[in-house]
Amino acid sequence: MDDHIPSETSGETLDRSYFSDENQHDFKVVGQPSPRLDARGHVTGTTRYFEDNHFRGTLHIKVCRSKRHHAKLTRIDPAPAMNVPGVVRVLTAKDVPANWYTVLRLINVGPNDEPVLAEDSVRYLGEPICAVVAESEAAAIEGASRVQVDYEDLPVVLDVEEALKPDAQIVNPVHGKNYFEYEGHPFRRIRFGDVEKGFAEADHIFEHRYQSRPIEQAPVETTGCIVKPEGDGRLTIYSDTQACFFTLDNTALILDVPTAKLRVVGGTVGGGFGGKVDVMVEPLACIAAMLTNRPVKFVYDRAEEMQVSSPRAAERIYIKDGVMKDGRIVARKMTFYIDSGAYSRHTPYGVTKASAHVPGPYSIPNVWADCHCVYTNRTPSSAMRGFGVTIGDFALESQMDRIAKTLGLDPLIFRLKNAYRDGDTKAHRKKVEGAALIEVIQRAAELVGHDLPEEYRKMSSVKREAK
Amino acid sequence: MAKHFGRGFAAVNYPTGMNLGGDPSQALVHATPTGVFSVVLSSVDLGQGIKTIAAQCAAEVLGLPVENVLVDTADTDTGPHCMGTFASRGTHRVGNAVIMAAREAREVMLEVAAEEMEVDAADLETDGTGFVKLKGSEEKKISIMDVALAAHFKQGRTISGRGMFMKPRNYPDPETGAMDPDSAQSHACTVVDVSVDDETGEVEVLKLQSVYELGRALNPAMVHQQITGGAWMGISHALYETTEPYYPDRSHGPVSFSDYLMPGPSDTPPVTSVVIERPVANGPFGGKGIGEMTANSPIPAIANAIFDACGARVEELPITPERVLRALDAARETAVEA
Repeated sequence: MDDHIPSETSGETLDRSYFSDENQHDFKVVGQPSPRLDARGHVTGTTRYFEDNHFRGTLHIKVCRSKRHHAKLTRIDPAPAMNVPGVVRVLTAKDVPANWYTVLRLINVGPNDEPVLAEDSVRYLGEPICAVVAESEAAAIEGASRVQVDYEDLPVVLDVEEALKPDAQIVNPVHGKNYFEYEGHPFRRIRFGDVEKGFAEADHIFEHRYQSRPIEQAPVETTGCIVKPEGDGRLTIYSDTQACFFTLDNTALILDVPTAKLRVVGGTVGGGFGGKVDVMVEPLACIAAMLTNRPVKFVYDRAEEMQVSSPRAAERIYIKDGVMKDGRIVARKMTFYIDSGAYSRHTPYGVTKASAHVPGPYSIPNVWADCHCVYTNRTPSSAMRGFGVTIGDFALESQMDRIAKTLGLDPLIFRLKNAYRDGDTKAHRKKVEGAALIEVIQRAAELVGHDLPEEYRKMSSVKREAK
Repeated sequence: MAKHFGRGFAAVNYPTGMNLGGDPSQALVHATPTGVFSVVLSSVDLGQGIKTIAAQCAAEVLGLPVENVLVDTADTDTGPHCMGTFASRGTHRVGNAVIMAAREAREVMLEVAAEEMEVDAADLETDGTGFVKLKGSEEKKISIMDVALAAHFKQGRTISGRGMFMKPRNYPDPETGAMDPDSAQSHACTVVDVSVDDETGEVEVLKLQSVYELGRALNPAMVHQQITGGAWMGISHALYETTEPYYPDRSHGPVSFSDYLMPGPSDTPPVTSVVIERPVANGPFGGKGIGEMTANSPIPAIANAIFDACGARVEELPITPERVLRALDAARETAVEA
């Protein structure tokens, strides 16, 4: 095992010289670079994933999807699909016992704002309208392309700030407005200190806008499941979900069956990055399996994974900072417009996570944040690695850099001056514990040969130096 | 036309877990008759390595080599509840649950051993190689296999344990946003070197160096792997990826990896990582977690390196060659006006 121990020469170092009074130990297994238990299986192609379950007589699902951003459905005619050889059944909204749902209802975040299959209208390009169940994937694809749908186009809202204008077209009738409401407020708020007073006192004001676009989780294994009806009347769901019970409970609610009827088998997944927590395939596959009493497979193709599976939300972020001549930030105001798309999924939660991250790892006495979760006519966004924080960090650390460059300050010294430390109070009023921002900056400076003056080399997250 | 070289920095923090509705995970541990320990979970391994971390936590507590621990994940008929794999919660929540379950099993294991050895259980310890031994003695010991056999076939006891970690629900204050959403904060500082071609707008990431603090590194090799993988994702977010290149317009959305750009082997630089440890009291052996954060700091560090190289400040992601060239034009105009 010794040859696996990371070393300075391989570019991987474990340095216990920082916080050495806190991190000594005599563990025997923990702290060792144990090889991954599943690595050999992964690299030799012998690990079993959900798709390695093969059942005789398995049916396949493909979904007929909206070709419009926002439209009334004046007619859905599945008959032409039924004429395709091999097509067994076409599921519509009427086949879904409890069609309206939202995944976070399990933790009391509502309301149900999304249909499993569209009823009288569609609100984004690619929204599922009906599901074609067939003997082969090819027949399901052909069937889905033959379903006749007539649309009556409605006005489209695609920009987050346009969506919040008073006369904007309403995207989602359940909300009745183009934003998620946080306990009576149109956005999640952070209010700490007096940000206007801070701006008035500041020597410099920096105000900038940052924008990201939707990003795909891009797992190697696409979202999918195989559902097998068992002899005892239960359904076994072989799934690549990131959360087995979350999928089980949400699926049972949509099917309107007791949870004991379902069993989820998973746990070994070919990448998730947040893309597999939305419960998109299991309910339809279960319904098809119950109606046909046959195993049913529903797997996204790559195009579905990229265009209709929830991406990382696009975010527009405005930051206004008040900064003193010596580099102390005295006020920071952030406005987030986070693009939820047509439905909520996990984005209201991500927006709260964004608010808790303001103002980054810095102690700023006056902080204000308005974090909007905005509905638009696009593919609903949802979880993705670091959502609520990743794009915020792009904005925050770009902002930190431009302040440092404008004021002629060393970029690391500027951050060290403002770094949070143990005992500080964050903008969301949680006390800072276990801080180590100063130390990672100090160690990074050492790593790249960036000279820091002694007073900054001596700084500590554990306690502030006497003034 | 020239290539410009620059260096950019970014420093970030990242929360362990994100609690809005109560955040529990459970673990069950039991011994087979021959002293192999099975850890049963419903947690999901996406490739991040939760199975390995669970095995290490159980082996450490039980005093066994990690090879003597099996991890069974993700069957809702047999595995106890886990919220799922997200929010950098796995190592922290599942690790804590496994430790609690393993401690309960260890207690029974030592009681069974004490009866076999005719000593007090309080005087026993494990040696980490699969033996229970009398403290201070090298001779008086019994193998964990013999303990398990005795439990099953002589003493009629089950060597097992139940573990649970839960962070209770916390409600944000609607007016001020006061809340307790996380269990810890990890930290990172990333330094990136780039070159920017001012004729093509092309950015090349030449070197990416990071320092991370994530509490205890339970498995340093896997920590470094996360840092390297996250660095690649960060580069990809910074320079290449989007499903909607003309956002807010939805046209030209990519539908395959041939039109959804991601960095290839020639676009990923050498990644250097240093890990420092500040163990956290509420974490498993002091671990905080590193699942998600490793993609974050590379993005602004690259944006800042581009500015350092050529004066182009790009405020939009991804930082395509077109955006670099437009930002260069804007910088030149500002310079002329000044």
